[in-house]
Amino acid sequence: MSSSALLSVKDLAIEFSSRRGPVQAVRGVSFDVAEGESIAVIGESGSGKTTLAVALIKLIPRSARVTRGEVQWRNDRGTQNVLDMEDEELRRFRWREAAMVFQSALNSFNPVIDIWSQFLDTARAHGMNDPKAVRARADELLDLVHLEPERVLRAYPHELSGGMKQRVLIALSLLLGPRLLILDEPTTALDILTQRAIIDLLRELRAKLGFAMVFISHDLSLAAELADRVLTMYAGRIVEEAKVGDLFYQPRHPYTVGLLRAVPRVSGEVGALASIPGTTPDLVNLPTGCAYHPRCPFATERCRKEDPALVSVDSPQHTAACIHWQAVAESVGSRRPAEAL
Amino acid sequence: MAVRDVTAPGDHLIELDAVSRTFDTPAGRITAVDAVSLAFAAGEAMCLVGESGCGKTTTGRLLAGLLRPTGGRLQFEGKDVWRSRGEDLKRFRRAVQLVHQDPYASLNPVRTVYDTLSAPLFRHGKAHGRSDATVQARELLRRVGLMPPDDFLPKYPHQLSGGQRQRVSIARALSVDPRVIVADEAVSMVDVSIRITLLDLLLALRNEFGVTIVLITHDLAVARYFARRGRIGVMYLGRVVELAPTESLVVDPAHPYAAALIGAVPEADPTLTRTKERVPLRSAEVPSLRELPSGCSFHPRCPLSEAGLCDVKVPALLPIPGEREVACHVAVRERSSVLRGV
Repeated sequence: MSSSALLSVKDLAIEFSSRRGPVQAVRGVSFDVAEGESIAVIGESGSGKTTLAVALIKLIPRSARVTRGEVQWRNDRGTQNVLDMEDEELRRFRWREAAMVFQSALNSFNPVIDIWSQFLDTARAHGMNDPKAVRARADELLDLVHLEPERVLRAYPHELSGGMKQRVLIALSLLLGPRLLILDEPTTALDILTQRAIIDLLRELRAKLGFAMVFISHDLSLAAELADRVLTMYAGRIVEEAKVGDLFYQPRHPYTVGLLRAVPRVSGEVGALASIPGTTPDLVNLPTGCAYHPRCPFATERCRKEDPALVSVDSPQHTAACIHWQAVAESVGSRRPAEAL
Repeated sequence: MAVRDVTAPGDHLIELDAVSRTFDTPAGRITAVDAVSLAFAAGEAMCLVGESGCGKTTTGRLLAGLLRPTGGRLQFEGKDVWRSRGEDLKRFRRAVQLVHQDPYASLNPVRTVYDTLSAPLFRHGKAHGRSDATVQARELLRRVGLMPPDDFLPKYPHQLSGGQRQRVSIARALSVDPRVIVADEAVSMVDVSIRITLLDLLLALRNEFGVTIVLITHDLAVARYFARRGRIGVMYLGRVVELAPTESLVVDPAHPYAAALIGAVPEADPTLTRTKERVPLRSAEVPSLRELPSGCSFHPRCPLSEAGLCDVKVPALLPIPGEREVACHVAVRERSSVLRGV
């Protein structure tokens, strides 16, 4: 674990049991999150990104088990493996150290209690028993997310718009001042102007409060907006990791290149777009060698046999798991604009 | 199949003429679509965009004849559809097909692909007997790129990927040789990696068979790609606020709401998306359809709003230079005066 890392995932592997055999959702994932850093995990559905995200706070479904690896968390008491935490310790860790905003955020309220009670319940569960103190904290947080506490605390979930609910959930996740926020598709299903408002809000909150962020999204533009570093995930593995500018302008894994070419834009050139042929692999019956080879335009015989490890490409901070990364580099070149990040 | 004669430009194949649609809800009457006029030429690829509640889906259902207008007329080949009877109505029903947003919900889970495709063939008397229907179903699957067709005919929806299901939905729409396809969010539920293929498939149908395609989407980037040689219509709270050739809309939106949307869209390019020019709105709150603001319904949020004008008078959708139309008092005045000044 590097000395500055807040969170360090080491060779994590998670399997689900199914009638057809083990589903290998996460297959040996390693990465660090530095204090205050923002990391995006991108990939299609079925890439294992949600399983990875919830494992960071040990929310592992009953049908799943961790087959190897660790999630190390560093605080002033030292370093602990989150996956070894139990009961009280885990409860303290969640919310207080790392909090999660779920994808199903818009339905994750209890519909029959008002927003104030949701704050109060969450606070009580974590030992904040003075309603006055909770109220002061709720006011402060709702202010931070640009909502009127008076109006919102009295409301029931159905009385709030999608964007307001998402703001309330972000405020609630910050209740105990976590150092890491994990967000699953934080803007999916929101309208454009609401998406924009949530993106701007997250950027503003991070600047003010300095928490680190890990967010997963199928939407590359969200990574372009909010990430310092991006991890591309495919079939349970990280296939590329780079600073946001490097990943978007000098992608070195064919899957990242494929994703970038598949996304239309509103501004700038229309560009030559193309879908990635085929579909994500069956995680019970993975292809031999590199899991991406059946869809990959660079694939050769070797790719059918070898499952490549992540190696440094253009710089030590940029890694890709592709034996043909140099050929990819040659074909892509650099799409870096004049004043890139 | 022979390429159909494409109607001469200027001829409208299908047209909404001041169409409105109200709904009665327990909380009162709402106007989901308010006097919308849109005309489509044969073989046109057009996109309707807007946020939730803007009326784009209702407009699509009105266009497909699945909802009866509460005001105005739906015209197909110059005839009022809701006054048509017999053969005319049957022809319209065949000619205009809706492809639904969610292929998971619109395909019957207990029907095979063959069942799904053969049912409309039999219903419209296009197939006689099982072997004839099989031949035609194979051809439909080929047209939507599901190859080899015989692998797909016996499959059930749960055995297909999201993209394959959406292709089956499109094949079903094609089974009756439609002249207009209304595709409501047809690509939003499939993975990003395959959206372009589905959009290209729809465009190919237009190019090869002259089918008019109206794509309804909340995604401006998808709209720009799909209608890159066509038009985009932007809707807000039940009205069309701007209608323009795609590139001019994207590069130089005339309506302040369209400009706000375009500036707000996050882009898959970190430098571009973090430096893009934004249009600040006066309010983030979308008014309720039950209590629409007076005058221009965008005025409480609009940075250009002028008291005494925008809060009083509903702006009509008026032509401005560049073969475009905009429903904004200020934009019409400024864009037209530029023309007068020349």
